[in-house]
Amino acid sequence: MADLAIGAPTRAGVEWNAKGLWIAPPLLILAALFFFPLALIARQALGGDAGALSFAKFAAVMSSAEFRHAIRNTLTIALSATAGCLVLGFVLSVLIAFTPFPGSRFLARMIDTFIALPTFLVALAFTFIYGSAGMLNESLMALMHRDLPPVDFLYSQWGVILSEVTVYTPFVMRPLLAAFSLIDASQIEVAASLGARPLRIVSRIILPAALPALVAGGSLCLLLTVNEFGIVLFIGAKDVITLPLLIYDKAIQQFDYTTACVIAVVNVALSIALYSLYRYVVATFGGRRAGLV
Amino acid sequence: MPAELVGTAAAIATPSRAGATLASREANSSGIGFDDVTVAYGGLVVLDALSLVVNPGEIVALIGPSGSGKTTALRAVAGFVRPIRGRITIGTRDVTNVAPHARNIGMVVQNYALFPHMRAEENVAFGLRARGVRAEVIRERVPECLRLVGMASYAKRFPRELSGGQQQRVAIARALAIRPQVLLLDEPLSALDAQIRRSMLDELARLHRDLPTLTVLYVTHDQTEALTLADHIGIMRDGRLCAFGDAQSLYRYPPNRFSAEFLGRANLLPVEALSPVGDGMARVRFGDGALMARNHHGLPDGGACLLCVRPHELRLSPTEEASNMLAAIVKSVQWQGDMQNVELDVLGNVVRLSCPPMHEPPAPGARLTVHFSATHATLVPETAVRG
Repeated sequence: MADLAIGAPTRAGVEWNAKGLWIAPPLLILAALFFFPLALIARQALGGDAGALSFAKFAAVMSSAEFRHAIRNTLTIALSATAGCLVLGFVLSVLIAFTPFPGSRFLARMIDTFIALPTFLVALAFTFIYGSAGMLNESLMALMHRDLPPVDFLYSQWGVILSEVTVYTPFVMRPLLAAFSLIDASQIEVAASLGARPLRIVSRIILPAALPALVAGGSLCLLLTVNEFGIVLFIGAKDVITLPLLIYDKAIQQFDYTTACVIAVVNVALSIALYSLYRYVVATFGGRRAGLV
Repeated sequence: MPAELVGTAAAIATPSRAGATLASREANSSGIGFDDVTVAYGGLVVLDALSLVVNPGEIVALIGPSGSGKTTALRAVAGFVRPIRGRITIGTRDVTNVAPHARNIGMVVQNYALFPHMRAEENVAFGLRARGVRAEVIRERVPECLRLVGMASYAKRFPRELSGGQQQRVAIARALAIRPQVLLLDEPLSALDAQIRRSMLDELARLHRDLPTLTVLYVTHDQTEALTLADHIGIMRDGRLCAFGDAQSLYRYPPNRFSAEFLGRANLLPVEALSPVGDGMARVRFGDGALMARNHHGLPDGGACLLCVRPHELRLSPTEEASNMLAAIVKSVQWQGDMQNVELDVLGNVVRLSCPPMHEPPAPGARLTVHFSATHATLVPETAVRG
């Protein structure tokens, strides 16, 4: 009996083989659509003379002033926009969640709609409002009897940051509103009865409870703003070149595919690093917070 | 007009050391006053013209079914709902329009509402820090309050590391740490299981003995908690106060049907043709027979009313001098460990009797006679009467 059992394939082994077959099709699709194109980009970036692997192109691109300028711009814009999203998202979420006003629910639902819109639409809308011939400047020029537009920030880094803050704030608000809905209202009432004023309640009770959501939303914002392309292109500021825009410029306008691929590999590495950080922070920080409740 | 109470001195036992320290430092004790307080949500009145005084140093329990307005009354004192009419006072101060953080109240709620990211000691210190109390005072008072509720050795623990009863103790310590003028307890024991609830009830009674100057407004739907702790009880129904009085009087002489049925179990028999026989007693007709009962509320002669007798005041074996006898048919018998409940049919009325367990309980359908002492029965007006 024992010999038979040893000789026969185990049930678990058969099940594993069956499962392995099911995994194969999605893996093949993923490889064809995602890993293969990425591998082509990496090969192009690392291709040296006679087809050997070489980091020479990497060294050349990364030491160029153009690249350093782009990566500085990318990080400055991404970090500033993320900070703006966190502050604005937190304030708006607190107002919507804790100071109910007519239409607050409708506004909270509108946030979902906002997430679904293309990002460059905001940049387009901003040109109508803050652009040289936009509503704001036209009004101010008429009011101040000036020939030149007095408000001139849109076609600069600030314009990109403002647009990104506008577009990505809902990505912070969504998890925040979900987190706020889980805060026990009696905690806030008890805090008030103990003598805490609204600002202390926000900083000591609401903020700690919302920290995992803030971290998650902020990390997502950072990831998205690092890779933002549409807004930067649409704003078209002369000195604002980010990594995605530099890739576009090298590949489409200068036909320098190797340089474009090198920058793309750096961009992908940066994104993966940020994503890993996001997963790590959410898993450790978010998990610890969740355990508190 | 507030229904002024005759002050009932809270029982003062020898205070514990921590309690004595806290009590001796207590500022002048303050009462709570409701004067014609009305609260409405979107036009719907949920608290209707409540007038009530909680004297300094006493515990007043507001009891009533869900939606009776008892929690709204408490929230109005805390400042979380604003009355559309009337005024609320704490001590001599009108707090009707004062922000919650400026009312100097301690509040304990059903689900404890401890701040989950703070240790027990940080929870207790929260109110002190919010009030800008000096660090050395906080260092002294936090352990003092935790000692008072028996939680000194749990100071470093997070709420998730404490049981429900322990969390509630920390919540009480947190409320007491700020030395509030009044303590508001909103169903503080209802989230606990029966055994811990009994022990916490004893703890609360001890706490009030240790802090005799503390004024407490206690909201509950549990009559046992109210009867155990409260000096006075207010019974709420449909947003109105339908009875108010000291716990024993309210239990013995309920002023209306709702109070009789809500505060303890009651048998209410419809009786008529009341005639006084002196010494606060009255004779009434029930069916073809006559019964005697207390006429505590001075009900007028000849009218219809209810005779209220508690299940444990009914006896199965009549004594020789028994006067109030009722012929009954046994409908069911229930054994509940230390009690036996017998449901009887008395002239078409359901009457419940409870007694210690019997060796040979009567069988359903058996005919028997029950009786009760006239001094243990009271007449209750059929119509609603404000206490």
